[in-house]
Amino acid sequence: MTNLQFLWFLLIGVLFSGFFFLEGFDFGIGMAVRFFGKNTAERDTIIKTIGPHWDGNEVWLITAGGAMFASFPMWYASLFSGYYLILFLILVSLIFRGVSFEFRANMQTDTWRHFWEWAATLGSFCAAFLFGMMFTSMIEGVPMDAQGNIFGSFTTYVNWFSLVGGVAVTLMCFIHGLNFLQLKTLGSLRDRAQAWNKILYPVLIVGEVLFVVLLYITTDFFAKKAASTWTILIVLVLLTLIAWWGVSKTHNWTAFIASGLSLISIVVLIFNGLFPRVMIATNSAHSILIKDASSSPYTLHLMTIIAFSILPIVLVYFIWSYWVFYKRLKSPKAA
Amino acid sequence: MLSAGLTVLGLSRFQFAMTTVFHFFFVPFSIGLAFVVAVMETMYVIKKDETYKKMSQFWGKIFLYSFAVGVVTGIIQEFQFGMNWSEYSRFMGDIFGAPLAIEALAAFFMESTFIGLWMFTWDRFKPGIHALFIWLVAFGSCLSAVWILAANSFMQNPVGFAINTHTGRVVMTDFGAVVSNPQLWMEFPHVIMGAWITASFVIVGSSAWRLLKKDHVEFYRKSLNVALVIGLIASLGSIASGDVQSRFLIKNQPMKFAAMEGLYKNSTDKGNWAVYSSFDTKQHKTTSSLEVPYVLNILSYHKLSGTIKGQNAVNKELHATYDKKFGKDMNYYVPVKTLFWSFRIMAVSGGLFALVAIIGLFFNRKKSQMIMRQRWFLYILGLMLWLPFIVNTAGWFVTEFGRYPWVVYGLLTIADAVSPTSTVASLLFTNIVYFALFAGLGLVMIILSHRVLKAGPDSVEANGYAVEDQDGQIEDPYGTEAFDHD
Ligand code: HDD
Ligand code: HEM
Ligand code: HEM
Repeated sequence: MTNLQFLWFLLIGVLFSGFFFLEGFDFGIGMAVRFFGKNTAERDTIIKTIGPHWDGNEVWLITAGGAMFASFPMWYASLFSGYYLILFLILVSLIFRGVSFEFRANMQTDTWRHFWEWAATLGSFCAAFLFGMMFTSMIEGVPMDAQGNIFGSFTTYVNWFSLVGGVAVTLMCFIHGLNFLQLKTLGSLRDRAQAWNKILYPVLIVGEVLFVVLLYITTDFFAKKAASTWTILIVLVLLTLIAWWGVSKTHNWTAFIASGLSLISIVVLIFNGLFPRVMIATNSAHSILIKDASSSPYTLHLMTIIAFSILPIVLVYFIWSYWVFYKRLKSPKAA
Repeated sequence: MLSAGLTVLGLSRFQFAMTTVFHFFFVPFSIGLAFVVAVMETMYVIKKDETYKKMSQFWGKIFLYSFAVGVVTGIIQEFQFGMNWSEYSRFMGDIFGAPLAIEALAAFFMESTFIGLWMFTWDRFKPGIHALFIWLVAFGSCLSAVWILAANSFMQNPVGFAINTHTGRVVMTDFGAVVSNPQLWMEFPHVIMGAWITASFVIVGSSAWRLLKKDHVEFYRKSLNVALVIGLIASLGSIASGDVQSRFLIKNQPMKFAAMEGLYKNSTDKGNWAVYSSFDTKQHKTTSSLEVPYVLNILSYHKLSGTIKGQNAVNKELHATYDKKFGKDMNYYVPVKTLFWSFRIMAVSGGLFALVAIIGLFFNRKKSQMIMRQRWFLYILGLMLWLPFIVNTAGWFVTEFGRYPWVVYGLLTIADAVSPTSTVASLLFTNIVYFALFAGLGLVMIILSHRVLKAGPDSVEANGYAVEDQDGQIEDPYGTEAFDHD
């Protein structure tokens, strides 16, 4: 494995981390539209918290996908074709969710407004769940031939571990979204989001314990890298506790940053466990390794220069746009 | 012929064609509208005339719908290379991934961030700065076109690469060559001109329908004027750039060119150009056609003499060049009817757009009420609203069907590109769902645009729904006051 290959493995991880941190609360806010918002005015405010940002957040996913294609074509090809149906369902969810915000605002009847609200909610819910399921089933190892083609059956994708992984990620996103809502609103919405999260955190901790147990049983993470895996898991639980503390003490920033970082720690867990592989095959001889999956040194070199010259500029205006919309929104008065 | 129908290959191809064509209804519309709206807002900044502000908000609203649909269908595009064409992704990853990643980094972040800023800050920034946001969106969308077209151009005309003898896959050897691919710098202006045509003629058409109802005459006449000027420039530009493109093909992809012109036999020095032809694709013969002399040579060489190779001759040449690599059984004939008619749709429409724009500008002169009396002409303008979408699709049909049987010209066949893991059942399922989804999205898009038009320019306020602040003072939390951080 060359340094550049390692760097790009890290970069893909960074991009997915950015995606889960940002789109994580986006998904959570989307779910909150119907699961949490009580009336049209509340839902307006909830959606508005992400109005200027959601598309930019989704670009992290697009960039992660593009960067994976550019730096590890074998990984991209194998993962995307192997998870055909799950990715298809993710795309459908993202489509519904993506157009819903714009379309909903211009509906004239309640029926249709509700339709797009449900599109936002279920789209976000399914996308988060399916992403969780996809990444958990991926680290269990999948049946793969020597060319990297995945020939899985239903249980390759849907099994106890992947279901728990899906639920856990969904819950984390929802909680993260409610933390974001507390950060961006004032009044009843903020108070209620706090009350909900006080209850949801204990549930999440139970979920995390279950996840760790199944991780132990179904993956080779503990066998191969006990120390680092345990460290990351402890960090995950600590972050969850810190976020819980932040929620109860109304430290909105602490809670939000901690819930975001706990999503990132899941990404770190996965990438740490994968290393030095990118895909784990049930027949370990067929696992795809970082050193075999990448594009040529020339392309990697080129992409490194380009990424490191463009990314800083992007980050500047990306962060600036959050700063512009820094202000909290007031909850609508009870009707 | 390549297998079609209910096979993995046939269904994958159908899926790709359906999703890109749908994506490309919205892409040129958004690229064009971003530009037109930017022009309108700039006129507001310069002339300080509120009508122009209203104009940019009004057409900007339709732009936002189009953008939303463009975005969600774009993600399908990116994913489906891996999902449906994994062999292609393995073969092409070294080249194809780079522009795709750069597109996301350089263009999509810019578009999405500044569109968010533009939508929600009408009263927050000075008009000049606010206009800058939409210019950045417009610029970002052009950047995204450059990079994705760089990828597409490689497939049409591979440059700057070598074949890895070990894996048989392409590796990039010269990024400069990939980026300066002549195919790219011919495609790009033509695509952008097509995008401007799309946006301006949709505005022209919509305005014409409203003028027929005598609704907001001054507003729609002004919109018409801006759009017609841009439309005229763009149609002339598209003819010029299209001409360059077609002449490039004579050398580079002679089969495509021969099929566009419906030639099976080599053309004679007289340069007969077929206005209409019918073909016997089994016997590789033209059965009947209506021809005008010299036009073919004028189009191809800008002079009266010269000859063009027909498909039969090109077929022989291609067999001679490629049989060693791909075997004798390859079929190098492309779907000639599709190319022949698509090309004619494009060329005729290009002229039509220019003509109509000139007449429209004449009728719509400032002091004259002429346009209001020419109802027949307004009807024509109204109907032309749909034409750019058809023409854009026709253009891509020429480009994409004309590189058969390869995905990457001369390097990888379509049949070898498909995912080995795909199954007919799952593809059938996804095709049906996509189809239903696109039909639904298209319908909503049309309904919403109609609604905006019907509600009229007075209905749009600066974006954002008023919500009160803590002490009930601030009307719009994303408004002016909120910008002062406390
Ligand atoms: C409104 C849009 C529009 C208009 C008016 C035209 N075109 Fe076009 N054409 C396109 C929109 C388009 C396109 C969709 O943008 C394509 C597909 C790929 C590309 O580069 O542009 C295209 C492709 C395309 C190609 C194929 C290029 C290739 O495969 O390398 C040729 C030869 C032409 N065009 C030629 C023309 C000519 C001679 C025109 C007018 C007289 C013309 N087009 C008008
Ligand atoms: C610029 C980016 C594009 C790339 C990289 C691209 C790539 C491809 C690929 C990989 C295929 C599948 C292989 C094949 O069937 O030939 C294809 C086919 C096709 N694409 Fe494109 N394409 C692009 C743009 C477009 C656009 C914008 C349109 C139309 C609006 C379009 C229309 C088609 C059609 C009609 C086919 C033929 C489908 C068939 O084989 O039946 N393409 N293209
Ligand atoms: C098959 C190849 C294509 C891929 C993989 C692709 C990918 C994408 C993706 C992922 C998005 C969403 C970006 C976001 O969320 O902001 C998008 C939107 C967009 N694409 Fe495509 N695209 C393809 C074809 C094209 C072509 C041929 C053009 C132009 C020539 C184009 C221009 C755009 C533009 C301008 C947008 C912004 C959204 C809009 O204006 O509707 N794309 N594309």
